[in-house]
Amino acid sequence: MHWPIDIIVLTFVIFCAIAALSVKDLLATAILFGAYSFLMCLLWTIMGAVDVAFTEASVGAGVSTVFFVAAIFRTSRRAKD
Amino acid sequence: MRLLAFIIVTLTGAFLLYGTTEFPDWGDPNSPASLHVSNYYIEKTYEDTHAPNFVTAVVTDYRGFDTMFETAVIFTAGIGCFLLLRDFRGKKEHYYQHIPSGVILHVKDEKKLLPIGKEFGYMDKEWVPPDLINKTVCRILIPFIQIYALYVVAHGDYSPGGGFQGGVIFGSSLILLAISYDLKTLVERVKEKLLGIFAALGVLIYAGTGALCLLMGGNFLDYGKLAPLIPGHSGHIRALGMLVVEIGVGIAVMAVMTLIYINIVSEGRHDEGL
Repeated sequence: MHWPIDIIVLTFVIFCAIAALSVKDLLATAILFGAYSFLMCLLWTIMGAVDVAFTEASVGAGVSTVFFVAAIFRTSRRAKD
Repeated sequence: MRLLAFIIVTLTGAFLLYGTTEFPDWGDPNSPASLHVSNYYIEKTYEDTHAPNFVTAVVTDYRGFDTMFETAVIFTAGIGCFLLLRDFRGKKEHYYQHIPSGVILHVKDEKKLLPIGKEFGYMDKEWVPPDLINKTVCRILIPFIQIYALYVVAHGDYSPGGGFQGGVIFGSSLILLAISYDLKTLVERVKEKLLGIFAALGVLIYAGTGALCLLMGGNFLDYGKLAPLIPGHSGHIRALGMLVVEIGVGIAVMAVMTLIYINIVSEGRHDEGL
């Protein structure tokens, strides 16, 4: 049987995106965005775009998560609305 | 209002999804993108440039202009972050640690500064003692991350990677130093001035390589014209030109990422932070 791994990963991506929007704790949102980026990186790898996947892993999952956490460290942790 | 926003988002998403049905299939050999330019890149890139990874060849050679301005965008982002966040005013109150006894002093007088040295050390308000395990693991890990970053930059012509990824990884290793120890450790080792100079230097290396090609009688970023400068390497001179440009991108990205992190986490004061 052909295992549709890209569909499974895509489902997790959508799940992460919706969870990141609905969670009130901003630190959890930052981590969920990191997971989202990492799953996107897996998707790029499945599609054969290894250079894009590498950029996504280093910039999206790595350093931008750190920037989010740094910004949350200096503001408040809870979402206002 | 929330309902209206929800309807608009759903409609836009539905239209976008409908639009994708018109797209050619993934990997379709008859799609417009695969018919004209892709063939040329796939067949001729190695002959032209001697760079085995033709994604890098397209990004830094055929579309070199694009990448140069991407680097300029990164540089502008760093400058923007610096101008918005940097705060040169000193702190109102200071915390010191009396090193022999470990007592923490809270000095509320703005003008009264204690000499930093063997007796007194700086102390952050948010200071927590760095965890021994974190510190040790990060201290061992950071050199390997940096070596890997250099490998990613240097091996960009052969395997996935290149200046952007390598620069980000190198910048992350410096950020890891700040997280595992404290921000002062990083700021003392990597001076702000140095980061600013590196950010500009990276863009200068890129644009300078292009200008050098102009001086040698070619077009802007036409690395083939650099052959007389490096005798004996005329075969893969364009791959070498790409390497120089990648190094420039890596330096700029590394400096800008570190600069942005320091400015965000310390609210621009560069003294205490995560």
